[in-house]
Amino acid sequence: MRQKLARVIGGAAMLALVAGGTACSSGSDDTASGGDACGNKIAFFGALTGPSAALGINENNGVKLAVDKYNKENADCKVELVPLDSQGSPDQAPQLAQKAIDDTKILGIVGPAYSGESEAAGPLFNEAGLVTITPSATNPTLAKQGWKTFFRAVGNDLSQGPGAGNYIKNVLKAEKVYVIDDQSAYGAGLADEVKKLLGPAVVGSDKVQGDGKQVEFSAVVTKVKAANVDAVFYGGYYQEAGLIRKQLTAAGITAPMVAGDGVNDAAYITSAGAAAAEGTILTCPCQPAAEARGTFKEEFKALNGTEPGTYSDTAYDAANILLAGIKAGKTTREGLLEFVKGYSGEGVAATYKFVEGGELDPAQVKVWAFKVVGGKVVPDQEIPKS
Amino acid sequence: MNFDGLFSNFGELTTTGLTQGAIYALVALGYTLVYGVLKLINFAHSEVFIAGAFFAIWTWNWFGLDQNSQVSGAGSIIFYLLVAMVVAAIASATTATVIERVAYRPLRKRNAPPLAFLITAIGASIAIAEAFGIWTRRRPEGAPILVGQEPLFRIFGVPIDAVQLLTIGAALVMMIALDMFINRSRVGRGIRAVAQDANTAALMGVNKDRIIMIVFIAGGSMAGVAGLLYDVRIQTLTYSVGFLLGLKAFTAAVLGGIGNLRGALVGGLLLGVVENYASGLFGTQWKDFAAFALLVVLLMFRPTGLLGESLGRARA
Repeated sequence: MRQKLARVIGGAAMLALVAGGTACSSGSDDTASGGDACGNKIAFFGALTGPSAALGINENNGVKLAVDKYNKENADCKVELVPLDSQGSPDQAPQLAQKAIDDTKILGIVGPAYSGESEAAGPLFNEAGLVTITPSATNPTLAKQGWKTFFRAVGNDLSQGPGAGNYIKNVLKAEKVYVIDDQSAYGAGLADEVKKLLGPAVVGSDKVQGDGKQVEFSAVVTKVKAANVDAVFYGGYYQEAGLIRKQLTAAGITAPMVAGDGVNDAAYITSAGAAAAEGTILTCPCQPAAEARGTFKEEFKALNGTEPGTYSDTAYDAANILLAGIKAGKTTREGLLEFVKGYSGEGVAATYKFVEGGELDPAQVKVWAFKVVGGKVVPDQEIPKS
Repeated sequence: MNFDGLFSNFGELTTTGLTQGAIYALVALGYTLVYGVLKLINFAHSEVFIAGAFFAIWTWNWFGLDQNSQVSGAGSIIFYLLVAMVVAAIASATTATVIERVAYRPLRKRNAPPLAFLITAIGASIAIAEAFGIWTRRRPEGAPILVGQEPLFRIFGVPIDAVQLLTIGAALVMMIALDMFINRSRVGRGIRAVAQDANTAALMGVNKDRIIMIVFIAGGSMAGVAGLLYDVRIQTLTYSVGFLLGLKAFTAAVLGGIGNLRGALVGGLLLGVVENYASGLFGTQWKDFAAFALLVVLLMFRPTGLLGESLGRARA
């Protein structure tokens, strides 16, 4: 019922946006075709406004830097960047994808940024043969849809599982571990990978309810306490993670909690409280933006006036892959798609090569550990692969 | 099945289950009272609870306390608890009264069918929950740690902490007070009279609307106290937690016998421990399954709940 209502309201908002959006883009079309002979475009697809916009803005700024540099080097045949603001909503994604598809000058897309919108827009891009490289949609199922146009410039969620397991084993050196998950595809998937890697070190496990359906975890806390463990792994999202951490700490359990990027949200620290959250390890199939190679950080700051954020570097790399194709004369959608498929090269965040389904070659996936220190999430270390 | 896990942790699962059960019971009172008098399931009661829980946290925020504050000193802890309790009870009672005035009374005046009440109740519940969601930007809000959860003493090796004592103690005191209010006081007699036969009660000079208002205020205050206890125990509040907690409390009320105050207590405590035993025995994912399976099975054998419906039954 709630969802329906939200959909109706969302629909109305969407109509308004589409109406507004077309007005804007027709304006920019004119200037682009007037100013440049080639008129090739690439688009960024992600949230630029709304509650989930922080990540999208990080990424769009990375793409902007790539395009800006390209245009300086190729002043006679520029590429225009078209930002497509999805607000992170899967409901808006299909219309927006259609808009990109209808603009035949758009040769490739960086995005969609989130998994939900990727799922909604993916079939359309696939049908139109418009290549997409997502810098941040990490749901593993996206690569299993049979979309020819889907490429992922980061590791998927499951790559974090072994990373988290390795961290628990090699860095925390925990001998007894308790594993909890929220029964979601993401949470249970991660937990299973961790259990597989740690084997007999996992002395107990339990499943809770996600989506805010459970707030009282006394039974889990009792079990964790009885198991007397060195570390607790949680597969799931920040909402439950914060409550579990708080209730564990209140019961006197000091073993650190290790969790995936689903917990990497300020609300985790709010709901656990800074004292209980201290020392929590969060994994991410990404690297801190400060680790990017070369002069990326300085150039990014000079153009955008801010420090690069999470996934700014992968978005920059994804854009550069598309631009390298255009530079090589692949100025049709078909040509560019083939180019990306066969691409192999260095970026600032990683070395790129795509394998089956458009996944990044697993050998190239980096998983980093971040740590909650003083109520803030700070980079800890890159997790060794074994 | 993990019998070992259940038996080795039996004591702790029981105490934490009873604590959660006490909160269910306090919320269940609101359902039971309104049902006893109006034969109406006030589904918006979960949001009456949420209002109290939010206002308790906002009261502490107003004093400059947030989720990272540590309060020490018995005097100031009791002060903060009492102030928040009063504010929460007032907020919840006000919410309950507003719901009754806006959503139910006009329907009653027009002799609306029961279905209309049900839908209005659900509508009011969603509207209020969404309003809190928008107001809090759908983010969790943290409560300060007022009462420590370090074990104070042990009974047969089972640690007992201050939060458990406070929650169960407060619930019992509120219950007994309410029970005495209904059974001993003049207003309580009015409530029982309206529950038995509203028209005859009116002929005897009982003001029905006033009695109904008092019922909503009493149920609301209990929910407000439950909200405060929830904050003290869980320490984090999201706008959407009322729905399931309300459903559980309603289940507790039905388990004990809806319309029966003591039944609400028995049902709440029973539900709390059964959830925990199931979590220990089968794993936490079975918690809600066990709770609702218990309800279905119990109603098969005792359709009016454990203690039966009694508020409306003739008594002295």
